[in-house]
Amino acid sequence: MRFNGDRIVPDHDNCVACQRCAMKCPQGAITIKENEMAFPAHSAYTERIRRIGWEQASTGGVMLSSCGNDLPYRSIFDDLVLDAAQVTNPAIDPLREPIETRCFLGARPDRLDFTETEDEILLDTEMSPGVMLRTPIMIGQMSLGSISYNAQIALFRAAMETGTLVGTGEGGLHSDFYEYGSIINSEVASGRFGINPPYLKKVASLEIKIGQGAKPGHGGHLPGEKTTEMISQTRMIPKGTDALSPYPHHDIYSIEDLQQLIYALKESTRYRVPVGVKVAAVHNVAAIASGMVRAGADFITIDGFRGGTGAAPRIIRDHAGIPLELAIAAVDQRLREEGIRHRATLCAGGSIRYSADLVKALALGADVAMICTPVLIAMGCRVCQQCHRGLCSWGIATQNPTYTQRLDIDVAARRVSNLLYAWNEELREICGAMGIDSVESFVGNRDRLRYLGPNPRIAEILGVKHAGEAWG
Amino acid sequence: MSACGIAGLINIDGKRENGRKVVDMITTMLERENGLGAGYACYGLFPEMQEHYCLQLLLDDRQSKEAVEDLLVERVEVHKDEEVFTRKVKGMRGPYPLIWRFFLEVPRKRIDENPDLEGEDDYIVDMVMEINSRIPGAFCMSSGKDMAVFKGNGWSHDIAEFYDLERYSGNMWLSHSRFPTNTPGWWGGAHPFNILDWSLCHNGEITSYGTNKRYVEMWGYKCTMLTDSEVVTYLWDLLCRRHGLPPIVASMAVAPRYYDDIGRLADEQREVAIRLRRTYANAMINGPFSILVGKARPVPTLIALTDRKKLRPMIGGISGDEGTVFAASEECAIRRVERDGEIWAPVAGNPLIARMGDGIVWDGLKDQSQYKRMRVIA
Repeated sequence: MRFNGDRIVPDHDNCVACQRCAMKCPQGAITIKENEMAFPAHSAYTERIRRIGWEQASTGGVMLSSCGNDLPYRSIFDDLVLDAAQVTNPAIDPLREPIETRCFLGARPDRLDFTETEDEILLDTEMSPGVMLRTPIMIGQMSLGSISYNAQIALFRAAMETGTLVGTGEGGLHSDFYEYGSIINSEVASGRFGINPPYLKKVASLEIKIGQGAKPGHGGHLPGEKTTEMISQTRMIPKGTDALSPYPHHDIYSIEDLQQLIYALKESTRYRVPVGVKVAAVHNVAAIASGMVRAGADFITIDGFRGGTGAAPRIIRDHAGIPLELAIAAVDQRLREEGIRHRATLCAGGSIRYSADLVKALALGADVAMICTPVLIAMGCRVCQQCHRGLCSWGIATQNPTYTQRLDIDVAARRVSNLLYAWNEELREICGAMGIDSVESFVGNRDRLRYLGPNPRIAEILGVKHAGEAWG
Repeated sequence: MSACGIAGLINIDGKRENGRKVVDMITTMLERENGLGAGYACYGLFPEMQEHYCLQLLLDDRQSKEAVEDLLVERVEVHKDEEVFTRKVKGMRGPYPLIWRFFLEVPRKRIDENPDLEGEDDYIVDMVMEINSRIPGAFCMSSGKDMAVFKGNGWSHDIAEFYDLERYSGNMWLSHSRFPTNTPGWWGGAHPFNILDWSLCHNGEITSYGTNKRYVEMWGYKCTMLTDSEVVTYLWDLLCRRHGLPPIVASMAVAPRYYDDIGRLADEQREVAIRLRRTYANAMINGPFSILVGKARPVPTLIALTDRKKLRPMIGGISGDEGTVFAASEECAIRRVERDGEIWAPVAGNPLIARMGDGIVWDGLKDQSQYKRMRVIA
């Protein structure tokens, strides 16, 4: 819609199919129908492919898109089914019995050294810094820039309430948000946007971003349309410019270089906070993860192939990387085979759509799930895949004040907390049904999963038995 | 292993108790078994061979015995070997395995030539894992010093008769009768499970099996036996022997206090509890369990522990003369052999620990923080 001076007129060019007009119409008078004046049917040259060709022929440019990969690849999560307790082990009722979901972000020692004397038991093992989370669900990395000020503050408030961490994305931290430091997992990406001493010192954990599931091998991309005065100050870049962070970190061309950055960050924060590394799930992710752990990462984040983004070349978003499910299984198994699994918390993000995916990710071997798109949906996002245009009519993925003022911070924060509570409750329900009263006993418990899909080779890689196969 | 019976006793003065007593205890709880497996562990069994490991094996046939012998000749010094006495029992179904024991020592050079090994115990563990996973038809029932396990597929009274347990005496006995549900009844799958001189009798079902299994595998154990009890045995070996946790601390690792309870502890204790829980997150045993754990070194010790919701029973007792400590699934098992004395029910997730020479180290009734002052010095 557009206001032309005396009346509101439709502006079809700017329609992103966000459906806000229909959702918010006070009379419920708007219906949206798909335009049937489409391309004639063709199974190989689908409408999508023909549109891409048409657009590229018009502009000569790289196709951009946002949100996550929307191609109909099979979701492996949907091919996994869960176990439940019957007879020999009682199910636990989460309404009546404690079921614990607390967990820690940070490295664990190999073992603890105790000495027992006549009247004391002494523990002589130092611990790496760890952040206690009340739920194994963290909010992933979304920058101020890709999302609005209101959206980011709503996430921070929701995390304060639910006792978890939120990523800052690679956009630095607005000084207004320093008060939320205790729940912030700040990102250090290749552009180093907004990274200064207060940013590093105020937060609960630091995450070096090497790659992102939506665009493995690519850097960050904030279109200039979204670089407003506020973003320019927070990121320390000129207003109105595209914020394109380099594909690699130009001080990291090898695993040794990564180790140097990990320790530079540990030194600069006086070993007070855990330092992690995030990579996209790619073919050799298990070996890469092992290198990251050996380089000193206290937590590692594997970002899967359906992960979201504020802007990415469509070809990368849709075609690069591997499914998160396989990546979790491969990384967890590799770290165990090398005897270093405890030395880093394994976070998994990018593909976790709802609580069923969360519980399956944990059972496959992730300690913590990271989510982004679901919390955006909680705030109103319709997954229209137009974040890169900066026209988000829900006031989430935009910096346009006309739209951002639409996002009520209190309502959005409440809705995000509700979502996290709901997922946590569903996780407790599942644990209880399996006779497990603490999430520690659920992590990596692949015995409680079965595969029910078309390709048994996938089950093998996941280390999961086929449905119908018993224990043992 | 849903409803199983467990019973154990330890003579804290170091006197030897005849096998009859523990057989009386376990066979009293007939309702807890269904004839698909039972077993016994006896400690202080070979005083004249105390310094030698005793490998007691179930063998399908002569070929498997020969394969084991070939391996032993290559790896260790066998001092003596003999067939374990058994007899046919009416009602027990064959085929019976061949049961053999070997007393052996690890040659010093074997340890020296392998820099990864911390000591001869690790060498034995590796060898047992190899026998169980590589030699068809061979299964090592026990591998400790001055102890042995006697188990098989049958009722507890049949197994006792099959091995003629009255011919043996020891300072400590553990016993188990099975009502298997998840895994087939087979000779090797009966309890007690053993590695070195750790033995374990288990009543329950470990819902964290997958997590625990993958945790112990990371430390080099091979789970070959299709059962959750095996993994719990390895956990005790890992935590107590290799990591050196005192038994009460190991109990707190496998059956940790709830975070809400940890939050109420005094600062020093809370820090210990949180570090323990964080480090040993994957060693936590979930689901219903009641276990008896026996170890021989440095002195025979009996540990009885239930899960932190106490979904399986456990009763402790001490004889009227205060010489023998008991632990069993049901009071009747203790009363059958000891009319006098005291009986109590240890609290959920709180261990009963009795040690030869010291008696009851911990009765499992008070909060563990009252055992000794626990604090962090690092």
